[in-house]
Amino acid sequence: MTTIQPTAERVSAQPPAEASAAAAQAPPTAHRKVALLRVLGPGHVWALGVGIVLVGEFMGWNFAVGKGGAVAALAACWLAGILYTCVAMIDSEITSTVAAAGGQYAQAKHIIGPLAAFNVGLYLVMAYTMLEVSNAIVAGDLIEAFAQSLGLEGTVDKRAFMVLTVVALAFLNYRGVLATLTLNLVITSAAFAAIVVLFVAAQPWAPGAVLKHEALLGGLPYGSLGILAAMHFGLWFYLGIEGTTQAAEEVRSPARALPLGTMTGMMTLLIAATLTWYVCSGLMPWEYLGQAVTPLYDAARLTGSRWLELFLFLGTLFATVASANGCINDASRAWFAMGRDRYMPVWFGAVHPTYRTPYRAIVFFVPIAILFAVSTPLDQTITFSILSGLLGYTLMALSIVLFRRKWPLGSIQRGYVHPLHPLPAALLLILCVVTYLAVFLGYGTQLVAMMTFYITASAWFVLHRYKYVRRGDQFTMPWPKPRGY
Amino acid sequence: MAGRTPYEPPVQSVVGQIVDAVLMLVLVFITLYLPLLLKLAGGGTTATATPNPTWESLGQNPTMAGQWEKLGFTPEKAAGIIGTRFDYAFNWSLVALTAAIIVGYFIFMFRYSDREYREVIAEHFDGTPKA
Repeated sequence: MTTIQPTAERVSAQPPAEASAAAAQAPPTAHRKVALLRVLGPGHVWALGVGIVLVGEFMGWNFAVGKGGAVAALAACWLAGILYTCVAMIDSEITSTVAAAGGQYAQAKHIIGPLAAFNVGLYLVMAYTMLEVSNAIVAGDLIEAFAQSLGLEGTVDKRAFMVLTVVALAFLNYRGVLATLTLNLVITSAAFAAIVVLFVAAQPWAPGAVLKHEALLGGLPYGSLGILAAMHFGLWFYLGIEGTTQAAEEVRSPARALPLGTMTGMMTLLIAATLTWYVCSGLMPWEYLGQAVTPLYDAARLTGSRWLELFLFLGTLFATVASANGCINDASRAWFAMGRDRYMPVWFGAVHPTYRTPYRAIVFFVPIAILFAVSTPLDQTITFSILSGLLGYTLMALSIVLFRRKWPLGSIQRGYVHPLHPLPAALLLILCVVTYLAVFLGYGTQLVAMMTFYITASAWFVLHRYKYVRRGDQFTMPWPKPRGY
Repeated sequence: MAGRTPYEPPVQSVVGQIVDAVLMLVLVFITLYLPLLLKLAGGGTTATATPNPTWESLGQNPTMAGQWEKLGFTPEKAAGIIGTRFDYAFNWSLVALTAAIIVGYFIFMFRYSDREYREVIAEHFDGTPKA
């Protein structure tokens, strides 16, 4: 999950959240000096979206197979595709209008209110941190599996590689050596190429030669309830696509580029997800696939080609490391932005004097990430990430209704107006409810644990933290007063 | 509303900030990590043991058995994975309770946010401009 490090006039070393905070505090004349350059087109938006999400094809999605069987996972993949199409439509309108870097956190501040913004900030932090943890787990497991496959003597302690992944990437972020969009483009392209090469090598034109769907699919082991349950991990195919709209301030023509880039990104992911499902379900018994940590790498092993195995090893490693790097970047900036706004202690709002990074926010999450990485199963950390995303999507469905009510069409300039309102919002809300039910099936206690966390944090914010927050400073958009206020 | 005095928040001490930061860590540990550590959360599954398992007794056809073996599994090693199934039996009162928690959370969040939001809007649009 990587936010573009934009080319900017005066803020080249500043991350978007810093730029946003700086812009929020600066007087109108100074605002122009820190404005981000609008240099990105639909292609960049597409690349950002696919780069954020592609790791989801390499791991995690296959737990949907475990919850409902391979056929249920495919149904969940497409249902989740509809959910994310609604997310992309709604988010394109809001972000192309609330053109403030910082994404959904800034939007919630302007549309719903401080407590919602605090929660959205936490959703972002928890979703990114738990995805970072998941990536570290996969990196450790992958290296262990590859070492075993090579027949290396001795044992590899995968926990050492998990810790190394978290610490090394946190250090890079601390020093400000962030994965740039160009680097991520290369890594993402290599990872995407790995999926396509594997698909071609599996000879889909000759059923039975390599892919053996007829013997391996296994139907619906849990019946139709399995389709509902599989929706839980079906979200993992696309989780993070809404990050495309974080680049709203840097896009040349938001009205065109945001919906076009996001929608083509969604189409690409739908294709990649289907290819991934097709190859994996044709190579592995569903019981194995449903609990595998590195399904695409395992699929490559099953083809018997050493070169393909190496390619998928690198593809998976690239995708997870790039994603973890972006997650540290994004989680720390969300935490930093909350510190700047005093939603969290202002201590976290500090910028490193030399490296100009939110170093305290970066370091703060290292122990949490290590603790979860070395001692928590992958499906649990993924579930935490999915739940935080899901709460955000639920809020998004309600947020667009408030947005249209407070500033009706024509009252402010919108970059993009999504069609058929309120149908996408209603559909999104229904699919969110379905996904809560899906998580409840098998992971109900974890759902309650996550809600306990957000409810307790909200109580802490209301009873204690909000008194440190400046009121009027939270609204920074040059809009008229909202209707009804 | 014109002439409203902007709210001036208190300055938080360094100790207070450290306490707040530690509190967040403790909250993550207690609500998210502890249930996992105590095996209270996730993986609502049942396990069926198969004594002296064979691929046939585990319900695996020859193609499946071949793929398991390529992945380095024997029937004994695969039995645990194959025998583990999700338990989707649930009672409606638990569903209702969970739903009430989620709905209540969102209702409270929207209502309280709106109260805070009115204060923000009033100060931003009607408040006294700061010097």
